[in-house]
Amino acid sequence: MSSIKEVLTQPLLANNPIAVQILGVCSALAVTTSLNVTLVMCVALTAVTACSNFAIALIRNHIPGNIRIIVQMTIIASLVIVVDQILKAYAYDVSKQLSVFVGLIITNCIVMGRAEAFAMKNPPGLSFLDGIGNGLGYSVVLIFVAVFRELLGSGSLLGFEILPLVTNGGWYYSNGLLLLPPSAFFLIGLFIWLSRTLIPEQVEEPDFVISPNTETSGAH
Amino acid sequence: MSANNDSIQKTILVAVLLCLVCSVIVSGAAVSLKPMQVKNKLEDKRKNILAAAGLLQEDKSIEEQFKQVTTRIVNLESGDYATDTELAELKAAGYPVETFDQRRLSKDGTYSASLPGNIDIASIKRLEKYAAVFLVEKDGAVDRIILPVHGYGLWSTLYGFVALQSDAETIAGLGFYAHGETPGLGGEVDNPSWKALWMGKKVHDASGAVAINVVKGKVVPGNNKEINQVDGLSGATLTSNGVSNLMRFWLGEQGFAGYLKTLKGQGV
Repeated sequence: MSSIKEVLTQPLLANNPIAVQILGVCSALAVTTSLNVTLVMCVALTAVTACSNFAIALIRNHIPGNIRIIVQMTIIASLVIVVDQILKAYAYDVSKQLSVFVGLIITNCIVMGRAEAFAMKNPPGLSFLDGIGNGLGYSVVLIFVAVFRELLGSGSLLGFEILPLVTNGGWYYSNGLLLLPPSAFFLIGLFIWLSRTLIPEQVEEPDFVISPNTETSGAH
Repeated sequence: MSANNDSIQKTILVAVLLCLVCSVIVSGAAVSLKPMQVKNKLEDKRKNILAAAGLLQEDKSIEEQFKQVTTRIVNLESGDYATDTELAELKAAGYPVETFDQRRLSKDGTYSASLPGNIDIASIKRLEKYAAVFLVEKDGAVDRIILPVHGYGLWSTLYGFVALQSDAETIAGLGFYAHGETPGLGGEVDNPSWKALWMGKKVHDASGAVAINVVKGKVVPGNNKEINQVDGLSGATLTSNGVSNLMRFWLGEQGFAGYLKTLKGQGV
């Protein structure tokens, strides 16, 4: 069985849910325009993943196989509603910016994937840590993306001005593309490239090899 | 143990118990946090009203600052304040003055009517009969008149407030608290330096027609309409047009024109 340390650190880079398993990309595109919002989203997702893993592992021996996905969804959905309510009560401004994406944590494949793949087979304590680990793995990528998007897109970090914008009398022409969702695709792509360069084991064996073009004596 | 997990009784038992536990948790959270959420929402709206009037101070509590603001309900058709009977009726229908929800009112069949396309320049489809305006008084006289406005931009309906000076003619500020325009382009309606351009602009031209307008590109200095014109947002012509339209709609005949006339008649 996996050790505590492995469960917590593996998802950070070696088995990162976004970069290696390519899960949960949707929200990574949507909530990374500013670092502040991203951090709240990361905390929310980590809390939901950890608590849902814990709750599901707790009753894993009693979940009937034929309704297990529904049971998992019910637990996850309840936790997400609770998180959404707490955000609306204590972090109203951020919850306004996150709007529908808090609710969409329900459909985030990371939460569901960890419940099905890990919490159904492991004890509650370890599952809780696995949830934290995967939440942190998600956070690593989101923070990476958000730092670039906010810095180059709005010239600030956490709302503090770093690169004074031309529109505010500074010198930096902001790159509007970085505020639009496609830019997150490029940044996640770069992150995957970086992580596969650092950890070559992440590169899969190709399913097949493309054979070289056959040359047909100069005819086109 | 797991052999009988898939029996019908066990399946139903687990499903029922799980639903019970989850519903208790969810409704518990919703009910216990409700008062704070309501307070946040109200505070957020008040903050936007103060910000539009340029009165927002970061270091003071919103509740304290909002004491200088009086909320009044205006009947848009008559252009006058709602009478006591109307206020009582609105209150009975769930629209008390303190937490007047104009957005909900505009969807309420009894208190709103659909707008014909040719006069619906702000593309809001329905117009409510009553609107909440906010007055800031200084030394016994009205100093700022804050009017709610909304209208369609490029992707979304923009909701905001426009503040007028005591002459009911000069713009003292504006701000949008909800919109879904493209960040960096149409989203620049939130840019403080753009909002500052509105200050001191006049609503009407010399002939008395509503002339406030967002132009494409920069305002030509020294042209005879300069006092009614604001620079457009670069790369966001449609959002700029939307802002132009919603200002003209709400300050025009369908909107607050009657009310502003009443105010001027009273010589505030």
